[in-house]
Amino acid sequence: MSFMKKSPWVIHYDGSSCNGCDIEVLACLTPLYDIERFGIVNTGNPKHADIFLVTGAVNAQNVPVVRQIYSQMPEPKVVVAVGACAASGGVFHDCYNIIGGVDKAIPVDVYVPGCAARPQAIIDGVVQGLAVLEAKRKLLAEGKLEELEQKDQLPPLPPQTHVKEDQA
Amino acid sequence: MSELMNNLLFGIAYLILAPVVGGLLAGCDRIITARMQRRVGPPLLQPFYDVLKLTEKQEIAVNLIQDFYVGGFLLFVMISGIFFFTRGDILLVVFTLTLASVCLIVAAYSSNSPYSQIGAERELIQTMSYEPMLLMVAIGFYLATGTFSLSEIMHGHAAGIIFLPGVFLGLVYILGIKFRKSPFDLAMSHHAHQELIKGTVTEFSGKTLAMVEVAHWYENIFLLGFVYLFFVWSAGWSILLGLLACAVVFFFEILVDNCCSRIKWQALLKSTWLVSLVAGFINLLILMYMR
Ligand code: SF4
Repeated sequence: MSFMKKSPWVIHYDGSSCNGCDIEVLACLTPLYDIERFGIVNTGNPKHADIFLVTGAVNAQNVPVVRQIYSQMPEPKVVVAVGACAASGGVFHDCYNIIGGVDKAIPVDVYVPGCAARPQAIIDGVVQGLAVLEAKRKLLAEGKLEELEQKDQLPPLPPQTHVKEDQA
Repeated sequence: MSELMNNLLFGIAYLILAPVVGGLLAGCDRIITARMQRRVGPPLLQPFYDVLKLTEKQEIAVNLIQDFYVGGFLLFVMISGIFFFTRGDILLVVFTLTLASVCLIVAAYSSNSPYSQIGAERELIQTMSYEPMLLMVAIGFYLATGTFSLSEIMHGHAAGIIFLPGVFLGLVYILGIKFRKSPFDLAMSHHAHQELIKGTVTEFSGKTLAMVEVAHWYENIFLLGFVYLFFVWSAGWSILLGLLACAVVFFFEILVDNCCSRIKWQALLKSTWLVSLVAGFINLLILMYMR
């Protein structure tokens, strides 16, 4: 029996979103939606987290941050991109500093659409992420850590970033 | 001989049952907390799910020594609990408990992360704050019953609370620190506060974090044992009274947790020492005078 699906801990990072999606993520914690019912806790610490919620389209400044948080999370881990910005850049996609979506910075498993994404949709996204999490846990339990790390490898740095690869 | 066997059985029962009861208590705590905030809250078994999940995660240790220290923390908490439940010496319990918290502090210091450094410093301040009061509990029982031995304290001719109301007050005050509840959760908190990330445990993940969690369950159980100690004497039904007192104190701590915001470390140190001095020390003085 696996307990991965029963206690997904979440870390949330605001990758240059307009704060609309952030507020919806936080709304999930309020009494109305109460995600603790599913054992979900907002940890704020990548080393304790299983699911990485990223909002916003990620800009040149915070690519390294997003990548570092992702790298610090122990396997199995899942990334949920929340909102239209996180999926494709959304209304900001033409900006000079925007890299156009979270998946340009780190591998994304689940996309939650909406501008802003509704709390219901975010919770649903996390629940979809649980299936991916479970699959990854199986890989880890079978000792296929390398295969897993291959899957979760960081994509090359997008052209907008100013930092070098070893700093990222 | 049968007394020895009895004590041994209690010790083994503690080792096996304490994590179970401690985990259930943690589950109750989370549900009660959620209800106080008008939420539904997680299932009762959620703390167990969390710990079991942590054991399924990938092992990432910042350094090798960390696991050793955290293991020491768990081990010494277990040992001090065994001393307590085999009805050994109350002083020994207090000192072993200190050793356990030292292990946790050193584990947090072992990484360079600023968060865990600050957490360790705050943990140190917390230890400084509650330690005098914990010693006074031991001394208080000595003055009231003439012995440090727990088995004799539990079979006294009257409940400890009659002689030690001030010491009891002080103990309840510092229990907030040991349970890691607001307003005293400076070093590490169970609710996901963010400005310090998780303080002491910031750099622990996976199985290491699970060990800290289980150690915390063990710790909670025998800290409630201290509360229990104040309410039992040779009468059989006093056991019920003791358990009731534990439940009331535990509920009270949760209530306070949900009513208070966190205080600064200066306020923590001042207030705990003040309470220890006024409630605990005066109580001890009176007892000394009476003897
Ligand atoms: S998707 Fe909409 S609400 Fe969300 S961050 Fe982008 S612009 Fe804001």
